[in-house]
Amino acid sequence: MTTLAPYRPELHTGRDGFAQLLRAEWTKFRTVRGWVIGMTAALLVIVGIGALTGANSECGIQNSPNGPSLACPAPPTGPGGEWVTDSFYFVRQPLAGNGSITVRVTSLTGLYSTHGLTAGGAGSPTAGMTPGVQPWSKAGIIIKASTRSGSAYAAMMVTGSHGVRMQWDFTHDVAGLGGKVSAASPRWLRLTRNGDTITGYDSADGARWTRVGAATLTGLPSTTQAGLFAASPGYSVNTTSLGGGSSKGGPTLATGTFEQVSRQGAWPAARWTGQDLQGTMDLALSASAQGFTQAGNRLTVSGSGDIAPATDNADSVKKTLAGTFAGLITVVVIGVMFITAEYRRGMIRTTLTASPRRGRVLAAKAVVLGAVTFAAGLVAAAIVIPVGERLLHASGNPIPPVPVLTWLQVVIGTAALLAVSAVLGLAVGTLLRRSAGAVTAVIGAIVLPYLLATVPGILPVGAEQWLLRVTPAAGFAVQQTLTQYPQVQTVYTPGTGYFPLAPWAGFAVLCAWAAAALVLALFLLRRRDA
Amino acid sequence: MTDAVHAEWTKVRTLPGTGWLLLAAAALTVAVGAAAANAVTCPAGGCQLDPAKVSLTGVDLGQAIVAIVAVTVVSGEYSTGMIRLTLAATPRRWRVLAAKAAVVSAVTLATGAVAVLASVLAGGLLLGRHGITAAHGYEALSLGNGPVLRAAAGSALYLALIALFSVGVAAVVRDSAVAIGVVLALLFLFPILSSVITSPGWHRHLEQFSPMTAGLYIQATTNLRSLPLTPWQGLGVLAAWAAGAMLAGALLLRFRDA
Repeated sequence: MTTLAPYRPELHTGRDGFAQLLRAEWTKFRTVRGWVIGMTAALLVIVGIGALTGANSECGIQNSPNGPSLACPAPPTGPGGEWVTDSFYFVRQPLAGNGSITVRVTSLTGLYSTHGLTAGGAGSPTAGMTPGVQPWSKAGIIIKASTRSGSAYAAMMVTGSHGVRMQWDFTHDVAGLGGKVSAASPRWLRLTRNGDTITGYDSADGARWTRVGAATLTGLPSTTQAGLFAASPGYSVNTTSLGGGSSKGGPTLATGTFEQVSRQGAWPAARWTGQDLQGTMDLALSASAQGFTQAGNRLTVSGSGDIAPATDNADSVKKTLAGTFAGLITVVVIGVMFITAEYRRGMIRTTLTASPRRGRVLAAKAVVLGAVTFAAGLVAAAIVIPVGERLLHASGNPIPPVPVLTWLQVVIGTAALLAVSAVLGLAVGTLLRRSAGAVTAVIGAIVLPYLLATVPGILPVGAEQWLLRVTPAAGFAVQQTLTQYPQVQTVYTPGTGYFPLAPWAGFAVLCAWAAAALVLALFLLRRRDA
Repeated sequence: MTDAVHAEWTKVRTLPGTGWLLLAAAALTVAVGAAAANAVTCPAGGCQLDPAKVSLTGVDLGQAIVAIVAVTVVSGEYSTGMIRLTLAATPRRWRVLAAKAAVVSAVTLATGAVAVLASVLAGGLLLGRHGITAAHGYEALSLGNGPVLRAAAGSALYLALIALFSVGVAAVVRDSAVAIGVVLALLFLFPILSSVITSPGWHRHLEQFSPMTAGLYIQATTNLRSLPLTPWQGLGVLAAWAAGAMLAGALLLRFRDA
């Protein structure tokens, strides 16, 4: 008699590590054809819309209605590589080697126009302008590498309402003495060149001097142009309100009075030369309105324009990324379906039986979804920005220089924006367990506030800023390439590419929303029956 | 046909979510419109303001919820398998879609009418407090005023057309997440694209073909000449989108297995 050993199937001990869960979720994602197609479509639509936008945003100046269109001119480039405005009235002499210039400024006055460019034909070019100085009207002393637009410089100046400033190479700005300049309270300014370093000093009495700042201008030629200047940026008031808006503005003029001009060092020229340095597209008065008068050692200089970074650039990177919205809607739909499809098919019960620790299931889903979306977004953004910019350039748009770090921030940020939005979709889908409601909630929270905030004329400026601070749409700040400069007064609105939050701060707001939704989803997933 | 409509009405009526969603659509429309009217700041020099459009801003948000209701009416049946029962009961499939469209648009029209009426009343009250009144040269915000009546009635029609459009899209793609995604993308992408594409011809065409931008021209009561289409033509564009979606939905429903 033989005894039969009972059949014992070989039992594999199931491994339930997180890696297995990730693999399971990746298999689910990979094998649903619609999701793979959707993710590819998101990538293609981002690139396609970027190319479409780039190819159809002609920038051109037509001299005659049917004549050829000339490409828009690019602004001059400053020493740091950024676009600048370099337009002012310069009363100069060459300065050979080291030396210094000291002046006493006794007044800064101005004129501005509220109704666009002045006619100029009737009488003086400043006819019809209102007296008044702009907050950033400036007059002072300057040492500049050459009279070429965008060349290196350092300057000490009095301003309309920001006191004494030392500014150099367009982007640097240091505050000196406060208060307004007048005959009763004059300001003494001094610039000293020593090799590549230019140091600025100010004083209220000409006896006790304070060092304001020191600028290192590498490669400054041995002979520089130095002297007095005046500039006044264009005046503009934009009032936006619901359903309408108005804007008015025009050129302005600043006049500074300088006394006791004294120079040390080698100044080979015998007399001052006046020159109107004119930008190509700046809001400045014509040359005839500007100029200088000299009476002994007292000079009066009138100038229009600004020496500052250019801030009214078209945001070409943002343009090329216009397709992000279409991609975002697609990945949100996929993110929501990644969980609601499980509920619809009853698959969720199998999933939760296989892995009873529900939090890990949700985490695995979030990781897989986030990683896949990030990869697709990274490819899309890395392709569409160079392609879109090339097309924009071909249709006549000057392309603003973007530093490599900013470029990386935009590409990685766009991919992360899509990934976190998809995860937000997953979390809201887990919360609501209804596809239509979840998709609408997420798109309504991300795309709609952005639409309301950036399409001009829908909301007042205050509400726009507020929307892009607190809603998940704040995450779009990560696509910002433009820098806000406190020393330049302009319209910094979301519609022109300026977000109220710094790039990664805005992205953090979106992440906070996604994290909060995930925590709530986790809580409900644990509490509720599947 | 009457039976089919009655059946659809029963389905819509007995779904627990529908009533709440429609209530939310109406409440959001009125609340956003009132908030917009309350947020108006006009400098002393006066501004070009369209009182009717401001009061009806809420429709921008209300339409999203109307789209949920409309999409769910069709794709909800696919997700539960109910559609097979429905089609077995009414083998003439276009009748099913027509009945759904009739019920959904009627319900939306009724909700929209209430929401729009309340928005105009709230808008008139709040804008009046900010000095935006007929006495100051603005368009009078009362339904007795022809353009305002057109804007109000048109907004209710706009919502009904959005519902029809959504029903059509849902019949085409069947899955509710994809359907609502397609509807919202077609509504929101055009205005975003037309704000970045500066080429004048493309810009104008994008505005003319955009279901949302063109459709909402019906709310304009001032500066009509600056619009690329007349208000009714604009609503016509949305109607064409809705008709196209319904037609595609009907054809696919007819020739595809459910």
